[in-house]
Amino acid sequence: MKKQSIDSISARPKPWYDPRIRALFFQVVTLGVVFWAGWVLIDNTLSNMQSRGISTGFGFLDETAGFGIIMHLVPFDATMSYGRTFWVGLTNTLLVSAMGVVAATIIGFLVGVARLSSNWLVAKIALVYIEVIRNIPLLLQIFFWYFAVLASLPAPRQSVEVGGAFFLNNRGLYLPGPVTQDGFGLVWGALLVAIAAVFGLRSWTKKRQKASGQLFPTVKVSIAILVLLPLIAFFLAGQPLEWDLPALKGFNFGGGISLIPELAALWVALSLYTASFIAEIVRSGILAVSKGQTEASKALGLPNGLTLRLIIIPQAMRVIIPPLTSQYLNLVKNSSLATAIGYPDLVSVFMGTTLNQTGQAVEVVAITMGVYLTISLLISLLMNLYNRAVEIKER
Amino acid sequence: MTESTIKPPKKNLGPVKWMRTHLFSSWYNSLLTLVVGYLLLTSVGPLVSWVFLDATFEGSGPGDCLGEGACWLFVSQRLNFFIYGFYPDELQWRVDIMFGLLALAFVPQFIEGFPARKWLGIFGMSGLPIIGYVLIPGGILGLEEVESSKWGGLMLTLILAYIGILASLPIGILLAIGRRSDMPIIRGLCVVFIEVWRAVPLITVLFMASVMLPLFLPEGVSFEKLVRALIGITLWQSAYMAEVIRGGLQAIPRGQYEAANALGLGYWRKMGLVILPQALKLVIPGIVNTFISLFKDTTLVLIIGLFDILGAVQSTIADPAWQNVAIEGYVFVAFCFWVFCFGISRYSQNLERKLDTGHKT
Repeated sequence: MKKQSIDSISARPKPWYDPRIRALFFQVVTLGVVFWAGWVLIDNTLSNMQSRGISTGFGFLDETAGFGIIMHLVPFDATMSYGRTFWVGLTNTLLVSAMGVVAATIIGFLVGVARLSSNWLVAKIALVYIEVIRNIPLLLQIFFWYFAVLASLPAPRQSVEVGGAFFLNNRGLYLPGPVTQDGFGLVWGALLVAIAAVFGLRSWTKKRQKASGQLFPTVKVSIAILVLLPLIAFFLAGQPLEWDLPALKGFNFGGGISLIPELAALWVALSLYTASFIAEIVRSGILAVSKGQTEASKALGLPNGLTLRLIIIPQAMRVIIPPLTSQYLNLVKNSSLATAIGYPDLVSVFMGTTLNQTGQAVEVVAITMGVYLTISLLISLLMNLYNRAVEIKER
Repeated sequence: MTESTIKPPKKNLGPVKWMRTHLFSSWYNSLLTLVVGYLLLTSVGPLVSWVFLDATFEGSGPGDCLGEGACWLFVSQRLNFFIYGFYPDELQWRVDIMFGLLALAFVPQFIEGFPARKWLGIFGMSGLPIIGYVLIPGGILGLEEVESSKWGGLMLTLILAYIGILASLPIGILLAIGRRSDMPIIRGLCVVFIEVWRAVPLITVLFMASVMLPLFLPEGVSFEKLVRALIGITLWQSAYMAEVIRGGLQAIPRGQYEAANALGLGYWRKMGLVILPQALKLVIPGIVNTFISLFKDTTLVLIIGLFDILGAVQSTIADPAWQNVAIEGYVFVAFCFWVFCFGISRYSQNLERKLDTGHKT
């Protein structure tokens, strides 16, 4: 290396050696390449669409769809627009995702705790469940439930029947549906009052405990209020509720609430699959709480139940929440596998039938991806907020 | 040891004592054991007789499956289709060679102290894809051409997973480095790319690749369906890969970066010689885990009409010649996937334990 005088070191470097100028240069070049690539793509797409006679724009959303959908939560028939098919698909996706998240969380926590059970048999069965389920592709499991299990159920006329109200056959599961009559508003009102009362009770007991140290059975009393108040209102209003029983009409059942087999298969498969991942997360979360915490709590004389509720679970939750969030996100994304068995979710209805009929691939794919992006961002935002609430407060 | 020393208590209990502590430690544990044990005993019997005792293993066609048990004949008769798809029988030796080389390159990675293990691994990542590119499609060096629409079964599943990982690794590394860059525009672009791909389900990506990709290309240029699926899978997978690698980059202590700077290394030398070798070694278990999930996710290609192993089985189940073989077919595919995934995940757990030096930050 050449010897340099102090002056030449402190002097400004040549512009092409200046890190700031270099950084600026690279970024401008990258941005240029990205814009150029984007422009080429858009240009190609437009000219391709023109030559194939595909129209552009979102006008197709107002056109008549002309196809039926086997399950819809929002009113729908074939005379409605393509825009409406979007809402049908979206609500169906959200329905199966919500059902899946609830079931997977419950099963996952149960299996995760069972995995740590002192009972050898229970712990081993939980282990086998986890290792089998999570190493088999989800799509295969959905197929298994749909084509192998649910398809082998009896035909509607030979349904499995429980008390003349519940029916199970290869067209789905039928349950009695509640029909609210006049005066049911009173019950809803009572429920709201009960919720308000529970919040009031909680702040009062907290204050009382701070002032006097006396404990109050908040949980038991809260449950009593939540159950009893609406129940009293229900009887006062003269039991304004009737049940719509499913009944065999022609070749299939009508009335009541029906769970179509596509939904049932998807729900079971999604829940069991995601639960196996949640179980491992729960297990590692509980194991992450150091043994000293349990011992300290024992030394303070807390019984086992309280140790679990006050010491272990709050600390384990900190470890559990972040990976749990990504499992929920996976579940929502995996619900798009519905399209393989024909459950009318967003991908199946909108990206499948609507796209095929209109041919407007770019718009439809962009909308669908946008929806999943929004759902993902919303879930991570909510879970981040919750995570902030439970994380260690360091001062 | 003197006579008076008290021996430590025996560690292994007798069977009775073991059962008392592990199965019947309290009244509810006893109840649980009895209930679960009863359920297990009543279900294992029928299961064993379905899988083995009453099952049909031999025969010549669908008509021979008359017993109560499983019809494994279905699997053995169609095995060729499940493994090779429509690949011509007389050319299957080419696929067999690739299976053999794949095993030669990657099975030793599971065996401690296997000679030239590292070099076999490097061959698997560099030479093997080139050999495969020549051997499987053919059409050069006097090999008969087999178009990709004839590929299928397990072979296609392995091709998708293997190329998906191989191609997403370099892109993932670049994205991960970009996401940790000091340049705001590059960082922003990488973040957007990663987060968008990670937020959308693989099916939408595959749909996009099969429907939209032809629109993106200039007229006259077109890809086969398999290549389109591979492009989609690679883009999607590289976003996941980037996040795994970023985890490794973050685990490298600052001192390493500063030491490299102090030595006067430029950015790419610093990354290539100091940071990445350490970071990549740390994230091998993570890469293996993403490989497992990609391997399972390759089944989704059947939705866009490619015949992977599940697609091959599914189409045979729908074949009216074979009746009521759905469960057997799914159990067979499940078993194939399970063996692969469970084996690989055990390997990655071992590796994690070995690489865990106990002073992670």
